[in-house]
Amino acid sequence: MLTIRRSIRDAIVAHARRDHPDEACGIVAGPEGSDEPVRLVEMVNAAGSPTFYEFDSGELLALYKEMWKNDEEPVVIYHSHTATEAYPSRTDIGLASEPGAHYVLVSTREPDDADVPAEFRSYRIVDGEVTEEEVRLVEG
Amino acid sequence: MAIEVKIPTIMRTFTGGEKAITGEGATIAALIEDLEAKHPGIADRMVEDGALRRFVNIYVNDEDVRFLGGLEAPLSDGDEVVVLPAVAGGSH
Repeated sequence: MLTIRRSIRDAIVAHARRDHPDEACGIVAGPEGSDEPVRLVEMVNAAGSPTFYEFDSGELLALYKEMWKNDEEPVVIYHSHTATEAYPSRTDIGLASEPGAHYVLVSTREPDDADVPAEFRSYRIVDGEVTEEEVRLVEG
Repeated sequence: MAIEVKIPTIMRTFTGGEKAITGEGATIAALIEDLEAKHPGIADRMVEDGALRRFVNIYVNDEDVRFLGGLEAPLSDGDEVVVLPAVAGGSH
């Protein structure tokens, strides 16, 4: 189960909406071993694409060095799908390389003013195996 | 000639859980060969068909080796090497 503050969930959805029709991506760092997503870091999609995302390699290193310095780890790794459901694609599964992270997918295929809330789903991806998990929102 | 190599979580199965290991080599290719001798299986996570894997980043003193000559990037004593898998994906 992913437990995440409502404000962080909302900020991730807002980022996905803002970058639509390109895929948005980022992480939420948290203290090592805590499983608590605390610090949202919006990343630039270096691929600048509606069907692909990739962190810039220099920014990726800077991000990890900052996390190491703070004794943090990537608790959530998120990205958006802009025309398809919020479910990991074959590419997502093949490239997932943080077995301890919650992989969050947001779909922006429905317009912002839709009556339905944005799809925001979370998965574990370990050794090519995807397991969806419950998302529990806490106030804050 | 000792070079410290930071290993990402997903590759620590090859290092007995160690976050950083030490290796030797005058180039990235030689270093990877040395690491493979000590931690069998690890090279395949970085190299494919004689080239760096597209979705693995290796940095020497904070510089992506793709800008330093790739596998032929030169190394000196005391260099710091970091290995990080790309964070990437797509909707297809």
